[in-house]
Amino acid sequence: MTPTDPTVLATDTRRDSAAGRANARPAAESDTSPSTPTVRRTGRGSRRKSLEIVLFVAPALLVYVGFVLLPVVLAAYYSVYKWNGLGPLEDFVGLDNYTRALSDPVFIGAMGHNLFFVVASLVVQGPIAIGVALLLNRAMRGRSIFRVIIFIPYVLSEVISAVAWLLILQPQGPFDAVMEAVGLGDLRQLWLADLNVVIWTLLAVVSWKYVGFAIILFLAGLQGVPEELTEAAQIDGASWWQVQRHITIPLLGPTIRIWAFLSIIGSLQLFDMVWVMTGGGPANASSTMATYMIQFGFQRSQLGFGSAIAVILFVISFTFALIYQRFVLRRDTEGALTRGVG
Amino acid sequence: MSRTTTARRGFDWSQPVIYLVALLAVGLTVAPVIYLVIGGFRTTGQLTANPNALPAPWVLDNYASVLASPTFWSQAANSAITALATTAGVVLLGVMAAFVLARYEFRARNGLYLLFTVGLLFPITVAIVPLYLMLQNLGLLGSLAGVIIPQVAFALPVTIVILVPFLRAIPGELEDAAAIDGTSRIGFFFRILLPLSGPGLVTVGVLAFVGSWNAYLLPLLVLSDPTSFTLPLGVQAFSTQYSQDTAMVLAFTSLAMLPALVFFTIAERRIVGGLTGAVKG
Repeated sequence: MTPTDPTVLATDTRRDSAAGRANARPAAESDTSPSTPTVRRTGRGSRRKSLEIVLFVAPALLVYVGFVLLPVVLAAYYSVYKWNGLGPLEDFVGLDNYTRALSDPVFIGAMGHNLFFVVASLVVQGPIAIGVALLLNRAMRGRSIFRVIIFIPYVLSEVISAVAWLLILQPQGPFDAVMEAVGLGDLRQLWLADLNVVIWTLLAVVSWKYVGFAIILFLAGLQGVPEELTEAAQIDGASWWQVQRHITIPLLGPTIRIWAFLSIIGSLQLFDMVWVMTGGGPANASSTMATYMIQFGFQRSQLGFGSAIAVILFVISFTFALIYQRFVLRRDTEGALTRGVG
Repeated sequence: MSRTTTARRGFDWSQPVIYLVALLAVGLTVAPVIYLVIGGFRTTGQLTANPNALPAPWVLDNYASVLASPTFWSQAANSAITALATTAGVVLLGVMAAFVLARYEFRARNGLYLLFTVGLLFPITVAIVPLYLMLQNLGLLGSLAGVIIPQVAFALPVTIVILVPFLRAIPGELEDAAAIDGTSRIGFFFRILLPLSGPGLVTVGVLAFVGSWNAYLLPLLVLSDPTSFTLPLGVQAFSTQYSQDTAMVLAFTSLAMLPALVFFTIAERRIVGGLTGAVKG
């Protein structure tokens, strides 16, 4: 544990010191004797303190409210209008945009694709990431180089990754040539143009891109698994696999649950790579809610309708987040997202 | 006893398997990247003839012409300006707000913290339509500021969530000691808190930088003139424009990913270290 590790200090000193300081100040004020400089400072303190609070929080709050909260609220507002972004907002249509979206087979299909990515990403990336993280957590030669290399896809921008894979997967391109070379030439497909194949191709590329993030998280989580436990088990004769199975992986639980949360939210929002690689095509076979929204909201200037899609996307993510926090993350008493400051 | 253990470990049967798996993982990870970089040294003719051969001969023309093109450099500069400004903005605004949320007692504190945390659930996709119109009204469409300001705003929630525990963890005794020595709370913030929360600041800084460097949707909608493009937009535009000249696209893409790779190699330890704190606390 490094001295800067926040959790160690935070959990122990938090309650006492916060409560201590809160009580100390009013007490000091009550037995004021105006001559002592410390007390004078405290006396002026409360107004000055409010000023400091305002000065320090205001810039962040203004930017955040103006550019995050306000647009989200406005999206809900626009979503009940039929509007192309020009002229006054007056064609009130109630929930028409919502019923239109939810009765459009293309949008339902897009939701289905998101669901596919949610489940498939968890199933594909989770086991791979846990395996690689456990491996890289062992003492081995060249470990730090392996670590750096495995994170590369995560650092590359979505667009660069997507363009790279477009080039690699093009017909008669390098990937097909590799297939040919290893004798799998018959399995070649139109990786991004076949209606039935495209979403699996995207899943593979998306997994390639994001599995590194999962590995980073798991390696971070593994640093919190006390060595004494695994050493004790080894002395008792447990094999490496038994140690991982019964000690390390269970202790990694909170990290796995947070990763799953982030992965699911990410899969629901999936946009960049799909947009660059297929634009949601062919024939909407790989569209997601986000690509559908950009198609209608911007390319066809249906801002009211696009906003309704945004709201649906948000409601789905939000509902999921609430349920997940209530039933899954709640088990992790240390979940940073689940508790307030105090 | 100890000698046998060492010997066993040296010839552990599982070692070759582990290296094999590690090498496989590494191979799958870097193969596309290596393909891009090496492909840039070939001609499109070579690529068509045999997609996977090594360059024969090695051609420097593609890289040379990308490096000589003002478009590439202006896009790299735009990315750098946007990412640096976003990082600076997020870290400054974030640490100020986190300081108050972590170390001041006041009634609205939990409410404020909740307000910022809620932002974790608002991805930019949800807000993008109204955001676009707002930027239009503010005259920020087409300018880097139109990318930077919303990016700062959307990075604030995660920044604050990571920084608050860091700032809380600094013992209250230090603050009391500083107060006794006559330091104001603000002085304490600048002289003691900021230096001590260095690792947290680096983590949020790195996350903001990488996020901004890779951003696509917002720049895509805000920036329309190729001279104002950031690298992701530039790569996409270039790959469409030169779709017949694959080797050139490979060179451009390779050079565009280089800065992020270098930056990441330097910051890798910080990211892992910082996330440890964030995930646990």
